[in-house]
Amino acid sequence: MNRFSRLFGLLAMGVLAGCGKPEFSDAEKKTIASLALSALPPPKTDTTNRFADVPAAAGLGATLFFDVGMSGDGKVSCSTCHKIDRQFQDDLPQAVGVGRTNRRTMPLAGVAHDPFFFWDGRRDSLWSQALAPLENPLEQAGNRAAYAHYIKARFGERYERIFGPLPDLSTVPANASPLGSDAEKAAWSTMTKAQAEGVNRVFANIGKAIAAFERSIAPPQTRFDRFAAALATGIQLPQGDVAFSPEEILGLKLFIGKANCVTCHTGARFTDGSFHNTGVPPVANLPADRGRIDAVAQVEADPFNCFGAFRDGDASACGELRFMVKAGPELARAYKTPSLRGAATRPPYMHAGQFSSLEEVVAHYSTAPASVEGISEIHPLQLSDRERAALVAFLKTLAE
Amino acid sequence: MASLWRYVLAGLGLAALLAGILAAVYLTAPRLASPEVARSKKTTNGLFVASFEPERGVIRQGELQSWLLTLKTGAGTPVEGAGITISGGMPRHRHGLPTSPQATDYLGDGCYRIDGVKFTMSGLWQLHFAISAAAGSDTVVFNVLL
Repeated sequence: MNRFSRLFGLLAMGVLAGCGKPEFSDAEKKTIASLALSALPPPKTDTTNRFADVPAAAGLGATLFFDVGMSGDGKVSCSTCHKIDRQFQDDLPQAVGVGRTNRRTMPLAGVAHDPFFFWDGRRDSLWSQALAPLENPLEQAGNRAAYAHYIKARFGERYERIFGPLPDLSTVPANASPLGSDAEKAAWSTMTKAQAEGVNRVFANIGKAIAAFERSIAPPQTRFDRFAAALATGIQLPQGDVAFSPEEILGLKLFIGKANCVTCHTGARFTDGSFHNTGVPPVANLPADRGRIDAVAQVEADPFNCFGAFRDGDASACGELRFMVKAGPELARAYKTPSLRGAATRPPYMHAGQFSSLEEVVAHYSTAPASVEGISEIHPLQLSDRERAALVAFLKTLAE
Repeated sequence: MASLWRYVLAGLGLAALLAGILAAVYLTAPRLASPEVARSKKTTNGLFVASFEPERGVIRQGELQSWLLTLKTGAGTPVEGAGITISGGMPRHRHGLPTSPQATDYLGDGCYRIDGVKFTMSGLWQLHFAISAAAGSDTVVFNVLL
């Protein structure tokens, strides 16, 4: 080979190299890094719950979380639906406590990062959230006076070491609550203001203990995180143990590109923590469910919300409630963006378990049907069968 | 030797042609119009000059933040006692803002603190300000790209 043909060869290689694309662009690498678990900061200090990071409170909270005594019928605990060996959810389309609810149980990994709780955000702190199922007749179906008596009888000493002296409950009715049955409401109305405040204080502290426990539930590392970590070291395409298949790479590229998934499923938890109408159909035979639009009044009216008397710290922590969007057509049938970590191994999907597989979920976002109420934010995607399968393959890397 | 030169010349000619085609394609390809993201501008009817920036200098996605809206007249006089209402959203996603920001404080020198600003996702956001002051009422829209 003479030097001219060598020169020609070099030239040709140069042209080809200039046209070849690296596997991920710099912008894609930046997005991938923002999704990795290593980008997740520790949960912010919850100044509204001064026991949030007290180990003894988390210990009592764990006990209460798994205790079926924390229910009206003595058979249901938080862990009945939030199962510890199932990502703290129950694999059912709608949760079943004392009765059948109309919503899917949410998993709990990373829950302490959320600004609002439940699918519709009807509570504004982890501790006020924990109180709602305790008195919901379809979930734990108890009442706050009974819970206060139960805490005193069963965990009095532990409680007092953390929260200080229990109130005098000797004249408090066995069953009473402003939200309960007619008999419980009537009993509640006979209580003095001091009695009601005492019971409410114990009730709030139950929530604060459970929240302290729940703050420790963090999402685990996944194959995606190992791939992202390798990519972040400057490797063009991670190989060996941390490699992705070509299908998974295509799925990841679609997820952060053409399919627009990452606009809402953003950050290391794959959620923006906000509420969106994505046209998910309602379930026949369930009560009307309008999502966020009906939750606004509920969180505002909750006596245990950030503006209420049971908040620790000052009102500067209440920004989310203070600047909450209270009206607007986009709140109709808007539901919280769920985290996608671990989602592949916990069907069914959506707020009432509408879809039984990831394939159905991807098909929904691909066709983007109109919403039965309000306006869906998503647009049709025209994904090929190969692209849909690739998205599912990528989602599985978040659960391995 | 002469024939070799011919090959080289032909090769270089082809390479130049290829480069020319590539250049033509890249230069004439429609570009995504990059949105105007000025942090300071005249209001719609030219009544005020408004500037809008994060109080701590950086935008952090997913967090409640305070921004500062500074209002001056064309002559540079600070606009005091202005009533400000804020709306906005993501035009491409057909949704409004995830929070309801409000003007919570007047810091002097035409500067108002806008609290409760939160951008939950990447993309183009728009913030609309309706301003009413002694000099009259006007509006301004700021684009924020995350």
